[in-house]
Amino acid sequence: MMDKNQMQDFIARRTAKELKDGDLVNLGIGLPTKVSNFVADDIQVLFQSENGFVGLGPAPDENNIDPYIVNAGGLPSSIIPGGAFFDSSMSFGIIRGGHLDATVLGALQVDAKGNIANYMIPGKMVPGMGGAMDLVSGAKKVIVAMEHTAKGNHKILEECTLPLTAVGAVDLIITEMGVLEVTPEGLLLTEINPDYTVEEVQAATGAKLLIAEDLKEMV
Amino acid sequence: MNKIITLEEAVAKVKDGDTIMVGGFLANGTPEGLIDGLVESGVKDLTLICNDTGFVDKGVGKMVVNKQFKKIIASHIGTNRETGNQLNSGETEVVLVPQGTLIEQIRAGGAGLGGVLTQTGLGTKVEEGKDKVTVDGKEYILEKPLRANVALVYATKVDKMGNAIFNGSTHNFNIFMSTAADIVIVGAEEIVEVGELGPHDIRIPGIFVDYIVKEEPLK
Repeated sequence: MMDKNQMQDFIARRTAKELKDGDLVNLGIGLPTKVSNFVADDIQVLFQSENGFVGLGPAPDENNIDPYIVNAGGLPSSIIPGGAFFDSSMSFGIIRGGHLDATVLGALQVDAKGNIANYMIPGKMVPGMGGAMDLVSGAKKVIVAMEHTAKGNHKILEECTLPLTAVGAVDLIITEMGVLEVTPEGLLLTEINPDYTVEEVQAATGAKLLIAEDLKEMV
Repeated sequence: MNKIITLEEAVAKVKDGDTIMVGGFLANGTPEGLIDGLVESGVKDLTLICNDTGFVDKGVGKMVVNKQFKKIIASHIGTNRETGNQLNSGETEVVLVPQGTLIEQIRAGGAGLGGVLTQTGLGTKVEEGKDKVTVDGKEYILEKPLRANVALVYATKVDKMGNAIFNGSTHNFNIFMSTAADIVIVGAEEIVEVGELGPHDIRIPGIFVDYIVKEEPLK
């Protein structure tokens, strides 16, 4: 069994394979941030930080912190050569205007229609949507990268029960168990982690899965 | 036309019951000196328009802890537990707005526009109670403009006419907030003579700025 860290790395590594040379991508906080560690060496992907730049670089070490540069989580960050800073209107113009090739983010729930809920649990946790609603509405491709269940409870459902972040926005769901494509017919399992059987993946999913005829091994 | 005032004079511009805009993203690019002055002044029943509510000990979060807001309009409150407490207890009204919508509402407020049309939030709680408009067969939410009595914005450097420039990711909401309030106060790390800043580099034209206050450098 993978520990939590290995599981997140496994999901992030697979997610990175979705990114193409020249893509502009926004990564959410947490697991999605790890995707940048696994981008292939032979392609260039630019990352956007929605607080106001493209060309997001790695976290600086303690001695090289620039107090003027933080990422969308408010943590010390860096910008790569060729990057550019701008204001929030420009930043969200990039997101809403269809200039972002992909966004990778986590979710509380995703459903068979591509609906996503990831910004509040009424009465319990109300952090707010930040830029998430804009990202899932505006990015050309929306990838949810998350653990398949929350302590055994289903997160992938026939229909979300939490307040939605967006309707019909999700294209792809990548978990430690497999890769699921949102299709008009429902969720199509296209890749499976060989550590699991199709039955196990179905049991961990709250929606009926369609199984791809050419189901591949997830590596 | 001397725009430079003391912190005490600046703080006195904000009256009980006012709506204020405060620049910054998770307190990066927030005029901390002005915030500290407002905490000290105890001015109350304010409405806050800000991307987020910072942290309990940083940015506008300090004013939340000091219970100076009756209403908060923000995209994210998750980094300040006190905002959540006041929301849950009903002490403070919190309106959560997608970040891209918030900045465009502010931009509209400063540019004389009647609002903006956006697809962000369609099919979610965000659209509740709002008009929808169909343009060329696509549905949009009408989001109305936002303005404030006073905008408190940060700049890295400002000249004595109020022309302002920014380092790194500190542009964020500061640029357009400076266009959308009756009184605009810039808290700047460095105040220089007119002509010292390159006209090509100016991000806030001084015409928007009413007052300038000296701030400590970011840490």
